[in-house]
Amino acid sequence: MKAYLKNNMAILGPLAGLIIFSIILGLISDNFFTLGNMLNLLRQVSVNALIAFGMTFVILTAGIDLSVGSTLALGSALTAGLLTSGMDPILAVFIGLLIGFILGAINGLIITKGKVAPFIATLATMTIYRGATLVYTDGMPITGLSDSFAFEMIGKGYLFGIPFPVIIMVVVFIILYFVQRKTVFGRQVYAVGGNEEAAKLSGIKTDRVKLWVYSITGMLAVLAGIIISSRLDSVQPTAGTSYELDAIAAVVIGGTSLAGGRGRIVGTLVGALIIGVISNGLNLLNVSSFYQQIVKGAIILVAVLFDRSQKK
Amino acid sequence: MTDIPIIEMKNISKSFSENQVLTEVDFEVRKGEIHALMGENGAGKSTLVKVLTGIHHRDSGIIKIKGNEVEFSNPKQAEEEGIVVIHQELNIIPYLTVAQNIYLGKEITYGKTGILNTDKMNKLAAKTLQQLGVTDIKPQDIAGELSVGKQQMVEIARALSTNAEVIIMDEPTSALTDREIEKLFNVIHSLKEQGVAFVYISHRMEEIFQICDRISILRDGNYIGTKYIADTSFEEVVKMMVGRELGERYPVKNNKIGEVIFQVENLTINGLFERVNFEVREGEILGVSGLMGAGRTEVMEAIFGYRKKDSGTVKLNGKPLKTNHPINLIKEKIGFITEDRKGKGLVLDSSIRENIALTNFEIISKFGVIERSEERNLVEKLIRKLRVKASSIEQKAKTLSGGNQQKVVIAKWLGINPKVLILDEPTRGVDIGAKKEIYSIINQLAKNGVAIIMISSELPELLGVSDRIMVMHEGKVKAFFDKHEATQEKIMMAATGG
Repeated sequence: MKAYLKNNMAILGPLAGLIIFSIILGLISDNFFTLGNMLNLLRQVSVNALIAFGMTFVILTAGIDLSVGSTLALGSALTAGLLTSGMDPILAVFIGLLIGFILGAINGLIITKGKVAPFIATLATMTIYRGATLVYTDGMPITGLSDSFAFEMIGKGYLFGIPFPVIIMVVVFIILYFVQRKTVFGRQVYAVGGNEEAAKLSGIKTDRVKLWVYSITGMLAVLAGIIISSRLDSVQPTAGTSYELDAIAAVVIGGTSLAGGRGRIVGTLVGALIIGVISNGLNLLNVSSFYQQIVKGAIILVAVLFDRSQKK
Repeated sequence: MTDIPIIEMKNISKSFSENQVLTEVDFEVRKGEIHALMGENGAGKSTLVKVLTGIHHRDSGIIKIKGNEVEFSNPKQAEEEGIVVIHQELNIIPYLTVAQNIYLGKEITYGKTGILNTDKMNKLAAKTLQQLGVTDIKPQDIAGELSVGKQQMVEIARALSTNAEVIIMDEPTSALTDREIEKLFNVIHSLKEQGVAFVYISHRMEEIFQICDRISILRDGNYIGTKYIADTSFEEVVKMMVGRELGERYPVKNNKIGEVIFQVENLTINGLFERVNFEVREGEILGVSGLMGAGRTEVMEAIFGYRKKDSGTVKLNGKPLKTNHPINLIKEKIGFITEDRKGKGLVLDSSIRENIALTNFEIISKFGVIERSEERNLVEKLIRKLRVKASSIEQKAKTLSGGNQQKVVIAKWLGINPKVLILDEPTRGVDIGAKKEIYSIINQLAKNGVAIIMISSELPELLGVSDRIMVMHEGKVKAFFDKHEATQEKIMMAATGG
């Protein structure tokens, strides 16, 4: 029991934070705990959560992906192009996800084959992908994507009264949770981040593991982008700007170590929820978004300091 | 006057939560003596040193320096009283020069300006190095480009520059070549003549008997006793350390040697080693000797696909193997236990279970999904077999003692049921009890027909365990000796190129 608690302390901290923030906001604002607001909050969280799920895997391998926001923009812009050219929306979305996968794989290849530090490699592709988006869109938003039911469903639809993006988030979470906790690949991710040399000597193809995590992350970024596009029925060339920071924040608040090898995707879900609750609550309280940034930064610090005191 | 010891520790006790690490330990160091501190891993040697230098606070007991009771709250204060610790992992800043390292934290400046007087530091550093009798290190050399042995000299010079009266050295020879060890001993001797005392922490019995005056022994946090080296023997010291007679140091060999199973032909990595040829038979233990830098580890890493070879072939049962990645050799049931347990052997933040699983996914998973019960069974079977001491299989690798960490690394590889097992310095940094257990494991494997390749820098160990010994010198295989004809002298001769 004691050992169980100790192993799960990393999750319990952020979870306690989430509950406390929610209770406080519930007490201050009557609107916070309404069903409508809760569903709205979850829908807002889903975009960041999807990106952060991928980022969790990347960070577990001791990497980082700064390009997710630009990947999101480029992937959704290209998907929008396919849609406006009249392609079947479901096919277009799948091709869009594939593009995300490829953009992520490019990151992975630069990092593994080119032996470039992940921070630098994805800093470069962040700029390149953003530039490519601007070139492709000519700096203008793409609008009027599709009025098919299937495409509109992705961002605007409801299933059993639950916003469809939330359902996507939950499904992806369950799949990735399973991958992380139950599969050989999940273990390999931890081993690569925990000690890459030991992993390699144990017969793990470390480059391939990394290639996969960046590819998955790219795909999830575009998935998040498609949700936004569907909701807005348009793609802005600046979409996703600085989303990488929110994703990294969610991962870190959730207790995953930037040094790799330690952390869990459950924590990231909680981290994304904390960020969502704070923004949502402060919005309800009419706090300016300027102050919200200060609060968000402070929470990241508190989370890391808490994690540090745990390790001692 | 001269009878007052420099360091006198009496009745030192220390516990971490409910774990009693030191119980009423006594320890003293006199001027100009070399005092060995011995004990198995976990006996409390490092804790005692940390209590002395103020890193840990004792629960009870007194510490006197030259007769005066002291209470250090950090190593810096201990340093000011002339007590300096040189750790096993050296504290050298690689990008700074030798002089800058020596004067780190106590830089000499022009008055109070904060501007460094590099000239003066270089001159004084040169003087200190001269005092050590070291002629091949210049104050302007970049520390990171020096060999480990020379870096250690820099640390000793740093200690001298603070007017150290006692230098505590933790496993100082573990990464040194024989020639460097000899140099180190010369320096220690000459400083002893100048009145400097040493506390020498080591597992290497031969060295301790070679250079120490007295020896104090700890066991499970208890003080067992202090002996003059002249009045004691290996056997007595071992008995004091383990609390029982160990019997024969090496197990009786009963392995049957079969057909050639593993062959290495003309293996080359340009600049590291060339045209390495050898073969190993079923059930045979091939010892590999050589000085540091002879290329032993590099050869094994190339065989195992961890390093890229330039040419050559590795064959199992006459069939050439792909050596572009370790996984291809693991699939053929070849295992490799690295010398760098922490750097390459274990994921320290992970549990025993997760570490052992890493090489055994094939057995414990189906369609890429891990079967928890299979995993648990395998891991529990292996740690029982190797008698790993741990609270549970969920214990983190980094919290295990050196010997138990090494057993976990071995367990990882026993899981694959190896046909060929390469062990690189399998007993380094491991206490005597665990060493003996590791020898028995190796023996047992050989008896079951596993071909064993064992690198070791300890000649008695090589002679005690191997059936045949291969000696490497500067990237080439220099000689093979059968166990009947091998002697320390012959091996050293070949290893030094003679």
